[in-house]
Amino acid sequence: MSQDIYQQGIKDLAAAKQGAGMLDNADVAVTLDNSLCGDRISLTLKLKDGRIVALGHNVRGCLLCHASASVIGSAAEDWSWKDLEAVHAKLTAMLKGQLVSDWPPQWQSLSLFKPVQAHKSRHSCVLLPFKALIAALNQLIPSS
Amino acid sequence: MLFDNTDIRSQFPLLEREINGFPLCYLDNASTTPMPREVLTAMLEFETCTRANVSRASHFLAASATDAYEGARESVSRYLNVNNANEVIFTSGTTAAINLLAHGLEQTLKAGDRVVITLAEHHSNFVPWQLLRDRTGVELKTLPVLANGCIDMDELDALVTDRCKLLAVTHASNVTGAITEVDKVVTAARKVGAEVFLDGAQAVAHGPVDLQELGVDYYAFSGHKCFGPTGIGVFWGRQKLLEKLSLFMGGGGMVEQVTLVENRYAPGKSRYEAGTPPIAQAVTLGVALEWMMTLPWDEVKTYEKRLTQRLLDQLKTVPGLRIIGPHSSEERLPLFSFDIDGIHPHDICHLLDQQGIALRGGHHCAQPLMDALDLMATSRASLTMFNNENDLDALVSGLNRAIEILL
Repeated sequence: MSQDIYQQGIKDLAAAKQGAGMLDNADVAVTLDNSLCGDRISLTLKLKDGRIVALGHNVRGCLLCHASASVIGSAAEDWSWKDLEAVHAKLTAMLKGQLVSDWPPQWQSLSLFKPVQAHKSRHSCVLLPFKALIAALNQLIPSS
Repeated sequence: MLFDNTDIRSQFPLLEREINGFPLCYLDNASTTPMPREVLTAMLEFETCTRANVSRASHFLAASATDAYEGARESVSRYLNVNNANEVIFTSGTTAAINLLAHGLEQTLKAGDRVVITLAEHHSNFVPWQLLRDRTGVELKTLPVLANGCIDMDELDALVTDRCKLLAVTHASNVTGAITEVDKVVTAARKVGAEVFLDGAQAVAHGPVDLQELGVDYYAFSGHKCFGPTGIGVFWGRQKLLEKLSLFMGGGGMVEQVTLVENRYAPGKSRYEAGTPPIAQAVTLGVALEWMMTLPWDEVKTYEKRLTQRLLDQLKTVPGLRIIGPHSSEERLPLFSFDIDGIHPHDICHLLDQQGIALRGGHHCAQPLMDALDLMATSRASLTMFNNENDLDALVSGLNRAIEILL
């Protein structure tokens, strides 16, 4: 049985639940669903000078969605909309099968999701937290 | 004819496939059933030898296609045990049928009238009524479900008052498998003069339906859930009630005469079949239902109940697994939603797929029910008469393996 997408690194990320819990005084809150499987993420952000200063999320979803949200929870602070868009684009490209290297050190763990490439129906599980993040930033910085 | 599971399995070419190096174990029949060879062959034969439009031209092929199409209507009426094939309307599926009804009642129902549905409904029997409510001011009330997933019939009297004009209820839940006590629904409706619509999408695959015995006013189902093709469904209604429905879709085929001033519309079922219908699909659905009517249903039902009880017992041995729905084989279809502590259904279904086992994970288009059950999703195994004990063993073994990997 192929179990590569459930490797220990992904399970550890999911279990770490970095960033879990909603912010009380967030500048923005968004909720996104994955209509295929019912995954849901709610995400709250605080921003200062165009950079994230605090982030919290609540995931009701699969292990991949939890792991992806956990990466965001651990790495997104102090990042700008533009830089996060670039990370999102890079992750999307990797899942499509494009060669991707030179992850910023904070985001290196996203390379663990490479085996998900082969399972197209699961791409949206990994990308849902990033879509929520970008949607939240778009609300705060509509001109970006 | 005696029921022979091995013979039945051999009639389904899809079951000969390997998925991820394993023989296919197909347990997603509540989503879509495979088609037996006889039905597949009939579809190809129709499209190869008889393809033509219906109820229009007079040439040989057109007449043959029309005969086949109308013959399918007869097959549907026999499967539903109704006497009048003109009460059978072909649609693209259950969803289209329910939308037809909701639009058809729009001129009849008025603000303050009440439509009662249940929390166990598929979105397709939720959203059309919500849209009707929003368009007309009709009040929409929802019967609750019990912890075992059955509809709480004790609430009927409170909700089915004189204001209630329609109860729109599932025949069997696509999440819990619970079979609705239709007699109680019909009795409550008759007390106040309300009509009853039954969503047969799930029930129809488990044997011919006796609408005369059920006593409902409208019924709907989809072909692809009862061994027929996608893109075809049935809406049935009592003739007198059909005549009162407002027209839903306009176009060719549903008119007798069109002028610049006013139109004269076709009588009967044709009023509701605007445009070229899904002809091959309807004809093939007729073949599928005829195929089903050759089966010895007393034996099939006994067999499905035996599988149901066996799987209920087996699932109880899986660590952390909770069955969502009735625990008795008598109250339910062979359809099993379950939740496993600490594991999302999507992960379960992925790992089972890697072993060639096809399940569905998700909210099953029943989010209000999921919310009531405080679940985001469930895994669902849905069986039919071609499944066997090997399938059940593969499922349980696969679940244990998946749990080992994920926890």
